[in-house]
Amino acid sequence: MAVQEVKVLSAKYGIKDSRTLAVARAHGGYSQIEKAFSMEPAQIVEMVKASGLRGRGGAGFPTGMKWSFLPKGLDKPTYLCINSDESEPATFKDRQIIENDPHMLIEGIIITCWAINSHDAYIYIRGEFVRQAEMLNTAIDEAYAAGLLGEKACGKDFRVDITVHRGAGAYVCGEETALIESIEGKKGQPRSKPPFPAVVGLFQCPTIINNVQTIASVPYIIEHGAEGYRKFGTEKSAGTFLFGISGHVNKPGVYETELGVSMKGFIEDLAGGVWKNRKLKAVIPGGSSTPIMTPKEVETCMLDYESIVEHGSMLGSGGIVVLDETVCMVKSLKNLLYFYHHESCGQCTPCREGTGWIYKIVSNIEAGKGKMSDLDLLLELADNMEGKTVCVLSGAAAMPTRSYIQKFRHEFEEHIKLGKCPFAG
Amino acid sequence: MSAEVKPTRANKPFVFNAENEAKFQKLLTRYPDTAALNLPGLWLIQQQDGWISYEAMEYLAERINIPVTQVYEVATFYTMYNLQPVGKYHFQVCRTLSCELRGGEEILAHLTKKLGIKPGETSKDGRYTLTKVECLGSCGSGPMFQLNDDYHEWLTVEKVDEILAKLP
Repeated sequence: MAVQEVKVLSAKYGIKDSRTLAVARAHGGYSQIEKAFSMEPAQIVEMVKASGLRGRGGAGFPTGMKWSFLPKGLDKPTYLCINSDESEPATFKDRQIIENDPHMLIEGIIITCWAINSHDAYIYIRGEFVRQAEMLNTAIDEAYAAGLLGEKACGKDFRVDITVHRGAGAYVCGEETALIESIEGKKGQPRSKPPFPAVVGLFQCPTIINNVQTIASVPYIIEHGAEGYRKFGTEKSAGTFLFGISGHVNKPGVYETELGVSMKGFIEDLAGGVWKNRKLKAVIPGGSSTPIMTPKEVETCMLDYESIVEHGSMLGSGGIVVLDETVCMVKSLKNLLYFYHHESCGQCTPCREGTGWIYKIVSNIEAGKGKMSDLDLLLELADNMEGKTVCVLSGAAAMPTRSYIQKFRHEFEEHIKLGKCPFAG
Repeated sequence: MSAEVKPTRANKPFVFNAENEAKFQKLLTRYPDTAALNLPGLWLIQQQDGWISYEAMEYLAERINIPVTQVYEVATFYTMYNLQPVGKYHFQVCRTLSCELRGGEEILAHLTKKLGIKPGETSKDGRYTLTKVECLGSCGSGPMFQLNDDYHEWLTVEKVDEILAKLP
């Protein structure tokens, strides 16, 4: 059966002026607030837990469980941060929500604030998204003017304020503790965990950090209940996902499907297949840091958290990159490693030094100046970079390095033997 | 700071204009700690002057009650803060993988030729700045560049020429 789109989050995409409050309301926007306010906050947390919703930013942590980690009875405010940094290369789904349906996100924020007893939400958006930040601010202003936000949010004796906080061009700020540092007015250098942000987060207070897509999923869960959400997806990967697909396909873009559909079907049926009638060479399944997959692996892999792990990679942020047969694997790895080298915050030595070191080695191989011993050195460096730093940026560089060499070693060897790139003219 | 960086505003003090002062006052109500206005404050400065001078950093530090070193380290950590003036038209070309796969290198090479400047440079007349940047989250519509605040996507050499021809 062909893979089909399922429109849960993307239901309003394509409707004229879907960004405006009037159109959002005409299509069901803010209709779940009353129901949410009639529920006890703990009931909402339980419902989200039961729905199986997992974080859509990359790590895939169960959302309701994260909310339940907040300490009870503390005499401190609780903060909600919405992660809209969206800097993982190949990931461009959250911006679609902001561009098409910011009010769905705001509705999700209001409900989440009620569920976790927070009055102040910060949307951390990457600095380059100037227009998207403006769109969010316009939608927030509309919501204030309509009494949906403010001292009495939606008429309830419950204050909700939302502030858009722009980043300024640092990938690492998508990491939740770096994001906190950045809002606090510091360099985006991740903090050691524990303590986890749910206990000690923004301004030393309990803080929940969720991705845009995660929070935008909340109104649907309120409306249809945990079971209604679970009718999409698989047992362990419930619901729908906005997958972004880029690279060598005929129809790159963002497509919403339920989790558990075939990866090959997704590429062929929704993204129009590999472009120019070329053969598939490789797929990066979930953002640039996730291990690369071979066509054989793609053949049997499903788009859900478990299946991709069984195939040696990760669902991550759902940013799929398709590489056709003409791609030089050494050059494409070099491209990614430059990114990680550039974006390392410099705090931890294995990352600061390691990302630059592996980039230089792969650059040399690409230029025809590599040695056979470089390949084992790269694998050794990758092992020494992963799991030895404050955050996972170092591991994010190590994972593609290791998987590229393991799965496409012959291409690296060919570069070294030939003393040049076999793909260059 | 490298030798080419011009960190000063020739000793002219920086002050928020009325519009930015109003924005600053509103932001003050939104955070429990004034230090949190570091990034938003730097954005306001850049909006006003087009770049961030050392005088402006000193001004912001005083307004939000933090050491100027903390403003300085933030201004230098994040790539989008301009620590020297940039051209009237700032082209930021994405070089990361999805764009590269769709021809991003060709777009950069074409712009380099047309503008007569290399990535990292500003034209002598102050009209253009060209920068090579990391992933801008536009992967499904690459290759692309950001021209000032706007994204231009699905680029081809012809489309780039059209964009350049239309610039006032």
